[in-house]
Amino acid sequence: MNIHEHQAKELLRRYQVAVPDGQACFTVDEAVAAAKRLEFPCVVKAQIHAGGRGKAGGVKVVRDAGEAGEAARALLGKTLVTHQTGPQGRVVRRLLVERACRIARELYLGLVVDRTTGRVTVMASTEGGVEIEEVAARTPEKILRETIDPAIGLAPYQARRIAFGLGLGKEQVGKAVGFMAGLARCFVESDCSLVEINPLVVTQDGGLLALDAKIGFDDNGLFRHPELRELRDPSEEDPREQEAAKHELSYIALDGNIGCMVNGAGLAMATMDIVKAAGGMPANFLDVGGGASAEKVAAAFRILLSDAAVQAIFINIFGGILRCDVLAEGVVQAAREVRLSIPLIVRMEGTNVDDGKAILARSGLDIITASDMLDGARKAVAAAGRRS
Amino acid sequence: MSVLVDRRTRVLTQGITGATGQLHTRLCREYGTQMIAGVTPGRGGTDFEGIPIFDTVARAVRETEADASVIYVPPVGAADAIMEAVDAGLPVVVCITDGVPVLDMVRVKRFLEGRPTRLIGPNCPGIITPGECKIGIMPGYIHKPGRVAVVSRSGTLTYETVHQLTLLGIGQSTCIGIGGDPIIGTGFVDALRLFNEDPATDAIVLIGEIGGTAEEEAASFIKVHVQKPVVAFIAGQTAPKGKRMGHAGAIIAGGRGTAAEKIDAFRAAGVRIAPSPAELGATMQAVLREVRLLS
Repeated sequence: MNIHEHQAKELLRRYQVAVPDGQACFTVDEAVAAAKRLEFPCVVKAQIHAGGRGKAGGVKVVRDAGEAGEAARALLGKTLVTHQTGPQGRVVRRLLVERACRIARELYLGLVVDRTTGRVTVMASTEGGVEIEEVAARTPEKILRETIDPAIGLAPYQARRIAFGLGLGKEQVGKAVGFMAGLARCFVESDCSLVEINPLVVTQDGGLLALDAKIGFDDNGLFRHPELRELRDPSEEDPREQEAAKHELSYIALDGNIGCMVNGAGLAMATMDIVKAAGGMPANFLDVGGGASAEKVAAAFRILLSDAAVQAIFINIFGGILRCDVLAEGVVQAAREVRLSIPLIVRMEGTNVDDGKAILARSGLDIITASDMLDGARKAVAAAGRRS
Repeated sequence: MSVLVDRRTRVLTQGITGATGQLHTRLCREYGTQMIAGVTPGRGGTDFEGIPIFDTVARAVRETEADASVIYVPPVGAADAIMEAVDAGLPVVVCITDGVPVLDMVRVKRFLEGRPTRLIGPNCPGIITPGECKIGIMPGYIHKPGRVAVVSRSGTLTYETVHQLTLLGIGQSTCIGIGGDPIIGTGFVDALRLFNEDPATDAIVLIGEIGGTAEEEAASFIKVHVQKPVVAFIAGQTAPKGKRMGHAGAIIAGGRGTAAEKIDAFRAAGVRIAPSPAELGATMQAVLREVRLLS
């Protein structure tokens, strides 16, 4: 789960991490009032769950109330297209109005879970404002790393090593150690998957400030943090993905026209791959999980059919614990319930597969059966091709 | 011979009184696995279909000489259950639970350091030595005893592969589902090392997916150390960037962890890539014929 910049900064403030004074605003009036309170110059920043806002015109410096109102009017409701949003962009529904600061240096600071070491790692670089992936690709030697021992936490000497490595003066090193300690505590206590300060700025008066902040949470850890779940912004998420989550289905929308319904994440990805290999394009990733009930299958059907681009549905199930006869009953029931009007291709294998096939045959529904994954994918591509 | 588990393995179930724990304890016992104890705190002294239940893993191990544990404890208590099993000195611990917080696994990994336990999972189907011992949720009947090992980050895609192999008459030595989470106990390299040293294994199928660099590390290891033929498939060749594809670990982050990178790494290590998931079995069959392990 991702949150907005203003929410990330509010969370960080609780860990004594220095962030600019600011306020989240949802209307032009609110933005103007906030700017007046904060004193000018201010920065009006579009709040969407994507980076690259500055370059896309989503961040404006304003010098008086008139400019603040103008900036807020221009941004609220605007569709911002950045290199991270895709061509469709994201609609700006809220703003962060912040007091501007005088920047002396821009740095990068990030915390992630490193999969290779199995530990939280602090990464830092002097290339503030540049994406860390870009730095890693171009000048990997510029990235400083410290691995956090979970039994100890981030030790002050590690933070000092980074601070000196970034070339901070001795008057800033103490501040930087406190800043990093706060980030590390926030990461662990909030079950984060990513905390990124880019840029971390050294101000002209020698202070350190998180000018931008990006926080992502581990979805598996959210059950421990009901207060963080409240920060979810549904308008930033695909409505079909949200509907799927309600039914404990894992769904990701894609650009193709063949709807896929599969059990298991690996098999679901492999199914998308084989549809592509057969010359088609998958409309989605959809994992119905190991214990798919008839209700779940019906919900999955509805989600697939709500995508107008879908011209055929390919069900690929390897029944282990999920028995094929139970699945077939679910498919038949759901297909009737939703009055399925596009071709349905079913490939089933595994436990009670013969019973499952008999149920599909008896149903009288127009179901195309497939002997294996590749056969199913080919039939789905052909069926979709005939319709478009 | 086989890897990690065989007909002598004595298995205890942590979370034996939950619905999942009950179902799979029963199915594993029907397969022939020695399911000899269960643990549910507060239920010690009772039994599940004749299997004695204990309050603590330490007590269960002391009284039953269990040497492996399988965990079906819900996410909130899964990390603690793993550590309890590790502390009791069990050589093999298999955690099936899906949804364990990543930072809990960071602590578990730290706890495992210097201790002799091999952890498999979490978020995995488990481990099976066909015909001898099944620990986990995979359907037993699709397997066939033989000499090809399987290691995979996925559950159902592994079943698919095993099924293809069995239909072609190619049996399996041991199949390990290492799990789809970003931080897991046993990785590809650990499994490859075991299979490479196992005299009962002739060849290896490796099923990877997008996200992380475990496949690249496996490729480096194969290039230097593995003498046996390896066939691989990487799921998620059509996956978009930045989206978590069901598994917590299956995400292309910052442009890294793509299927193409992993496939290139395997090719460079001399690994045969299955052209599609429907051809994993056939690819292994062709490779075995080339090295004259199959006529």
